[in-house]
Amino acid sequence: MSDLNLLSKEMDSSNIESFNPRAKSPFSDKKAVKPTTDFVLTEIDRALVVATQEGLPVSERPYQIIGDELGISEDEVICRLEKMLEHKVIRRIAVIPNHYRIGFKANGMTVWNVKDEDIKELGRQIGELPYVSHCYQRPRHEPYWSYNLFAMVHGTERAQVEERAEKLKAILGDACLGNEILYSSKILKKTGMRLLKKDDSASDSNRA
Amino acid sequence: MSAARNSQPVAKLSELDKALINLLQDGFPLTPRPFLTVAEQVSSEKNTVSEADIIQRIQALLDEGILSRFGPMYQAERMGGGLTLAAMKVTEEDYDRVTAQVNAFSQVAHNYRREHELNMWFVLATESPEEIEDCIDDMEAVTGYHVFNMPKEEEFYVGLKFAL
Repeated sequence: MSDLNLLSKEMDSSNIESFNPRAKSPFSDKKAVKPTTDFVLTEIDRALVVATQEGLPVSERPYQIIGDELGISEDEVICRLEKMLEHKVIRRIAVIPNHYRIGFKANGMTVWNVKDEDIKELGRQIGELPYVSHCYQRPRHEPYWSYNLFAMVHGTERAQVEERAEKLKAILGDACLGNEILYSSKILKKTGMRLLKKDDSASDSNRA
Repeated sequence: MSAARNSQPVAKLSELDKALINLLQDGFPLTPRPFLTVAEQVSSEKNTVSEADIIQRIQALLDEGILSRFGPMYQAERMGGGLTLAAMKVTEEDYDRVTAQVNAFSQVAHNYRREHELNMWFVLATESPEEIEDCIDDMEAVTGYHVFNMPKEEEFYVGLKFAL
């Protein structure tokens, strides 16, 4: 496999001419407006979540198949999924690669003890780095755990993750009181969120 | 759920596979024939790809474990649910037992072994915020281990994507 690079937020590292991964697609989640209240799932929405949370059928008319299962039309399935995307109930409809199998062998959760007064501004700066895929502030658990900033950094090798962690360290400067990198050594489970199937919520009886 | 090890081989991917993985990490069309839409997007003048080709490749990538999931990524918090990251410090002797016990909770969305004293890290997604605490209590009772709850206090960025 050729050159592997984590795609940056600014840079298109694809060498495939006909395709630009950064182009806004009509089905991207980016257009969604930030909701002000939680989205309330109807019984049909809930049944739709249960029917699709393990994946979509890999078949010509996936939304038709799901509609048939739930007793609603293909069009209604599409509309309801669109609405959930708009409200960010669905982050996106997409493929999730197994990062090990596609060559990103090093998955480093970099954790930092950042002075409380500086964390908001520095967290924002760290989150903007192209190779940081998730960035959160989380609570400390003294004396066992003193890190309050989490930034996930993926790389093809650990050396690449470490090089990137050094850059984070430079940005954090004196505000950083300590840090570590926690590499994943095994995926123990990776299913995503699961709603439990309610006895009759997914049956056609609730189509009223 | 079978556990994937990081010793597993890096897959050989065709240009089409790479294009699909790159494109479909961003989104999948909500059209009646979505694979046809995708086929049109990845086809070029020199190289036409059919709807059947796309379906065959996506299925193969799933079967080979190169893709771990394909479909809507639901966010528990947006449905009024709870979400948190939690960690445990488990001895080597108990690790397999505790892994099975933790993974048996349907609220565990994913779980990673990490090289640290805190060596088990998992995400809990629940239908209500209160359920997080109940779930953690149950987990502590079942496993006999303390669960460190680390809910996010601020989200600075989320946008995982791998470019091939």
